[in-house]
Amino acid sequence: MKKGIDALMPAKDLPPGFTAKPGSTLEFKTGDWRSARPKLDREKCIYCGFCYIYCPDGVYEDMGKDEKWYKPDFDYCKGCGVCAHECPKKCIEMVLEEV
Amino acid sequence: MAKPVGLEVSLAVAEAVRLCDADVVAAYPITPQTHIVEHLSDLVANGELDAEYIPVESEQSAMSSCLGSSAAGARTFTATSSQGLALMNEMLFIAPVLRTPIVMAIANRALSAPINIWNDHSDIMSVRDVGWLALFAENGQEALDLTILSFRIAEDRRVSLPVTINIDGFTLSHFIEPVLLPELEEVRKWLPPFDPLVKLDVANPISIGLLGTPESYTEARKITDDILLGSLPVVKEAFGEFREAFGREYKVVESYRADDAESILVTMGSISETAMTAVDELREDGESVGVARIRLWRPFPVEDFKKAVGHAKNLIVIDRHISMGVPDGPVALEVKSLFYHDPCDKKPVITNFVLGLGGRDVTRDDFKHIVKKAREHTRENCQTRFELVGVWEE
Repeated sequence: MKKGIDALMPAKDLPPGFTAKPGSTLEFKTGDWRSARPKLDREKCIYCGFCYIYCPDGVYEDMGKDEKWYKPDFDYCKGCGVCAHECPKKCIEMVLEEV
Repeated sequence: MAKPVGLEVSLAVAEAVRLCDADVVAAYPITPQTHIVEHLSDLVANGELDAEYIPVESEQSAMSSCLGSSAAGARTFTATSSQGLALMNEMLFIAPVLRTPIVMAIANRALSAPINIWNDHSDIMSVRDVGWLALFAENGQEALDLTILSFRIAEDRRVSLPVTINIDGFTLSHFIEPVLLPELEEVRKWLPPFDPLVKLDVANPISIGLLGTPESYTEARKITDDILLGSLPVVKEAFGEFREAFGREYKVVESYRADDAESILVTMGSISETAMTAVDELREDGESVGVARIRLWRPFPVEDFKKAVGHAKNLIVIDRHISMGVPDGPVALEVKSLFYHDPCDKKPVITNFVLGLGGRDVTRDDFKHIVKKAREHTRENCQTRFELVGVWEE
């Protein structure tokens, strides 16, 4: 069941004043707004961190010096494509989401 | 016991806010509201009211500040008029859904263009459906009492909605009238401390003013409308308790010589006194006429109104605003819709007269003319558009 601001909820169950408790964004997955997802070619990736820095939603996680790549969190990635645009090695491809 | 004092009505409203111990006043001065906030500024500066007076740079900021202070748990008051209310517009929509019980006095004034500082109801009528409760005062005592009542009604946790008290600009706001000023202890005893339903509190943090997606917006609006409609019994209850405590009785719809009247004038605000005088004179001439005055405009007291006027053959609705592009004024539109589903033989003939725009005088003769003109209309020969009383067209 969906939680958060796009959850379907009977009017009488809405909190008075249409308020929210802190941290409720954790329950509010926005990844389904996405129409395309970034697909990384790890062969070409140089672990520069541009995707991590430029992502407007902060969805990239640093996988560390051993793995040497950044992993997007698809619960929140909205598929804007900024990472693919900024990638200096052009190793991120935006792939259309299949429903 | 309260003693009658001669007070300008604006000052009486400000004194009522002092008696209610408001915590925050955020306002921008605008004619004819100025004396209300000027006096409150004095009261705060002189230490007679322990409140924060926020001299904001615009009405948009005034209502924004009120939203914040009310959400933080402060008893909040503001006042405005005309263009000022228009500048608050976007904030006005927010307060009801956030359940912030702000109390606002409006010294009703016309809107530009042409520039006009005088009285009519254009300002409130342009924001009549945004979710605030709206009360209309007829005289100085009522303006004072309704201000006290507004805090009680707004802050009732079953309501927790903002309230406006409408006071006709100049014809009420700037008149000196004898008013009974209740004792401070009486009011403090009658009005419980503000216990907010929704509160910004560091110990129990919440987010307020959120995005409502298509999945939740409808429900958020619906519940606010339900609460506004459901506030009617709370208003009546508060009126009843006010009568017990202070001895003055208020009803949501006030009738004057209307019980046996064939024709009933439907009025709001201070011109009702002129209408009552006209009715007295018409009665002496054998005319069967009365007045029904709407004191509570939002939520509209449908049943009380129909009970007060249902027996009339002619309902003569007075509007102080032109709803441009529609053949009826706002009050007439609503009154007509109330009777739409009634059987034809039970429906009154409803006529609509617009007058008193931009401060033009409303006289007893105007009402006599209106009653005469209204009677010329029948169900077969109905009025197709409101009559604009006294317009110079030749």
